[in-house]
Amino acid sequence: MKTLKYIFAILFLSASFISCSGDDENTPVEVSPVEGLNMIYEIPATDHTVQIYSEKQNLEVGYNEISIRIKDLASDKYVTNAAPSWMPMMHMEMMEHSAPHSMLTNTEESTVYKGHIVFQMPSNDTEYWEMMLNYSINGQQKEETLRISVSQPVDGLKKTQVFMGADDTRYILAYVNPKDPKVAINDLQAVLYKMESMMSFPMVENYKITVDPRMPGMGNHSSPNNEDMTYTSATKMYDGKLSLTMTGYWKINLKLMNSNGETLKGEDVTEANPESSLYFELEF
Amino acid sequence: MKAFISVFPLKGMLMGSLLCTMFCGSFMAQLYAQETPVDSLKLIHLNEVVIISAGQQLDHQKQRKPLSTLDEFLESSRSIKMVKRGAYAWEPTMNDMASERLAITIDGMQIFGACTDKMDPITSYVDVSNLSEAEIGSGQQGAAYGNTIGGGINLKLDKSNFKPTGWTGALESAFETNNAMRVFGGELNYSDEKFYFNLDGIYRKADNYKAGGDEEVNFSQFEKYNFSMNSGYKLAEDKSISATLIYDEANDVGYPALTMDVSLARAVIGSVSFNKDTLFGNFSNWESKVYFNTIKHVMDDTKRPNVPIHMDMPGWSETAGFYTQANLNKEKHHFFFKWDGFYNKSYAEMTMYPTNSNEPLMFMLTWPDVRTKDVGFYAEDHLSLEKASLKLSARLAYHSNTVADDFGLNSLKIFYPEMDKTNTRFLKSFSAQYHQMLNNFHIHGGLSYGERAPSVSEGYGFYLFNSFDNHDYIGDPDLNTESSADANLSVTYKKPIFEITAGANYFHVFNYIIGVVDPTLSTMTIGAQGVKIYTNLDYAQLFNASLSGRYSISNAFKLTGSVSYHRGVDDTGENLPLISPLSYRSALDFYKNQFSASLSIDGAGEQTNFNPDYGENKSAAYATLSASFGKRFFLKENDLFLKAGVENILDTNYSTYTDWNNIPRMGRNFYFTVSYSIN
Repeated sequence: MKTLKYIFAILFLSASFISCSGDDENTPVEVSPVEGLNMIYEIPATDHTVQIYSEKQNLEVGYNEISIRIKDLASDKYVTNAAPSWMPMMHMEMMEHSAPHSMLTNTEESTVYKGHIVFQMPSNDTEYWEMMLNYSINGQQKEETLRISVSQPVDGLKKTQVFMGADDTRYILAYVNPKDPKVAINDLQAVLYKMESMMSFPMVENYKITVDPRMPGMGNHSSPNNEDMTYTSATKMYDGKLSLTMTGYWKINLKLMNSNGETLKGEDVTEANPESSLYFELEF
Repeated sequence: MKAFISVFPLKGMLMGSLLCTMFCGSFMAQLYAQETPVDSLKLIHLNEVVIISAGQQLDHQKQRKPLSTLDEFLESSRSIKMVKRGAYAWEPTMNDMASERLAITIDGMQIFGACTDKMDPITSYVDVSNLSEAEIGSGQQGAAYGNTIGGGINLKLDKSNFKPTGWTGALESAFETNNAMRVFGGELNYSDEKFYFNLDGIYRKADNYKAGGDEEVNFSQFEKYNFSMNSGYKLAEDKSISATLIYDEANDVGYPALTMDVSLARAVIGSVSFNKDTLFGNFSNWESKVYFNTIKHVMDDTKRPNVPIHMDMPGWSETAGFYTQANLNKEKHHFFFKWDGFYNKSYAEMTMYPTNSNEPLMFMLTWPDVRTKDVGFYAEDHLSLEKASLKLSARLAYHSNTVADDFGLNSLKIFYPEMDKTNTRFLKSFSAQYHQMLNNFHIHGGLSYGERAPSVSEGYGFYLFNSFDNHDYIGDPDLNTESSADANLSVTYKKPIFEITAGANYFHVFNYIIGVVDPTLSTMTIGAQGVKIYTNLDYAQLFNASLSGRYSISNAFKLTGSVSYHRGVDDTGENLPLISPLSYRSALDFYKNQFSASLSIDGAGEQTNFNPDYGENKSAAYATLSASFGKRFFLKENDLFLKAGVENILDTNYSTYTDWNNIPRMGRNFYFTVSYSIN
């Protein structure tokens, strides 16, 4: 009889254990759409606030993925029809210019407007960046201008290249992925813009960027199965493959070629020429 | 247990087709020689047994150099050649095939080295102090120990095995002048019919050795010690349990042929076995064992000058396994069955320190935590016929490899994006050996087929630097199983005072695994010439032939000699690497009234069949002369045995085809051994 009791107790316990674990799997967990991001700016207004998020602690020279949310204080909800647009602007002592940037869209998450900006240079005391933001809320068009600070990446690695191509066009090439490189074949991603004027940086499509990763500290060791980066219209980025055979410092030698196959910038790596003038640097 | 009891014979034998044999035999020397007395009544066995330590009996007279390293003992075998990367941890090869193609076990236990660069063949983790003999089986005759192509070697531990000897002990010491090697060893044993206990230890320390002409070979020093314990207890008249524990550690081991040395090579080897005289009434000698061993190996380049980049390269190998085996005798049939299995974990990493210390460390997994599972069943039947015998054997095994480390798996996927984490295969081995006596002639012949899985390095190695051909090696997880069809034949003419044996063997190895240059790949090691990928060649052919003889001039004098010929080519007719040139050895031994002496010569012809693609160049012909003298004294009940000798009397400066990067071998060397045993 006593034994029976124990058996029942055990059965009961295990049953509840099993059902609990079942519950855990089935309950959808509410994940914040900005989970893992840092709110780097918040612009207060009378009836709403604008929140600006980045993966990084602050904005840096190079590619920055930025998320924006606008909260309607009256309803305590995030606005899904703000249709925001933005324009980064660098105020130098002698001139002003903008920076390559994408449009802001909320296709992934209706309350979060995402886009990216490639800052070409850091800000300092006398030369500073501003972000002009236009959006609508409750039928009213708003415009905010936010002074932002852009720093050099702390790792000091070159991940953004601003250069004059052989076609006398100025290009901006910025590294996007992998953010967390691995000893593996990594998905390599970059964005390419050209500078049409101080204010206009259109995206460049259908060029090709060759990829040749090297370890200068290891006699310029390279790796197999890399894939050159080509334009993907869906992401509006250049995608390729990057093989890294070990951790350490890597120099990703690049060559930019236009749609006719003409080299606009960069050189092949050979015995005599250990590096290309167009490259990214990685450490991990 | 095994069938090795009788010692024997011939080694390698021949193979190929008869035709080939006859053809070659007509002008080629075959066979190996050596002093082993042949007991032919026991038929078959193409096996050889190298007596290593005669333990308590102090039977050192038979040995020219009693406290030499295990490597030297193995080298004295007719069938084994040792690849040398320095003065320590030589790698055994048999039929011109090395570790990956051999099954090498210690008392039946599978053990795998932890070094990606083969600096720790498992023979380096035991010492002569705890071994009694090495059982050697050529080709599939070694399949009892595991899956093999070239052969099997089992190093048998020295145990008292319930002999009623009571307390015994011995102290031994040796000194060698060339590298100032000091050896100290001792053992203590107790044995009666119910219980036995053996404890032994040995310590060796050597400085750099000098090649002929007083040329010091830097980084050839080593230091090692080894302890072992064996004990057994009789549970009943027909039942006993026994246990073994070995601890072996080497430090400060130089490898002059390599770019790195070793700061630690450590093995702990343990086993427990259960023995019963009978099983189910019909079976006899039932033995079961479970075992575990763990090896740590740490390479070290901190003492080398001009290192382009400093690196740490530790490796670990752990193996757990079991076997259970029994004999069954039915009339003319003598069956032997063995069921065995093991699980091995091999993990090795490399960390490089960049010259610019601001850069992060460079890290890679050179062995990605490969888990190997192997379960096999082996059976043989010895059929005794009139004046003849037939031995049939087979091994079937399930073998799988899994890459357990994701970092390592992703690393390999750089080369093999589609690779699977796990690879399984079924390995088969079959062999038939026939022995016929015709008056004074003994004819041995056999045909066999065997398969082996790629080694961890061949399947999963990641930028393993081979200093011999100066290439980085990368494994291929999708390699096909290597298989071999081989044939052997030998003929012995035997009289009481005279014996001569001619033998040859031929291996046709399908899917032969070897590194092939991939010119598209970039080297990792600074200074390397290129990258090789382990690849299956369609086939390779290996042929070994030997002629050996023994002549008892008188009761006291005995003359032995052997000469052997070897050839190995790949599927395009190119030479395979590490194939012996024509080699020979001869010895005159004297033994009378507890006094022993020997004079021996060892040599090889010029290596004409070499392959520069594998880093080989022509090794010149050489010959060395050695001598030894020994005397045994009885002090009351105890034995004192003294032995002295000189190797390479003429101080020849030479290197052989087995010497990695042609490092020269030891020059003139005097050695002295003292053994005192207390009975």
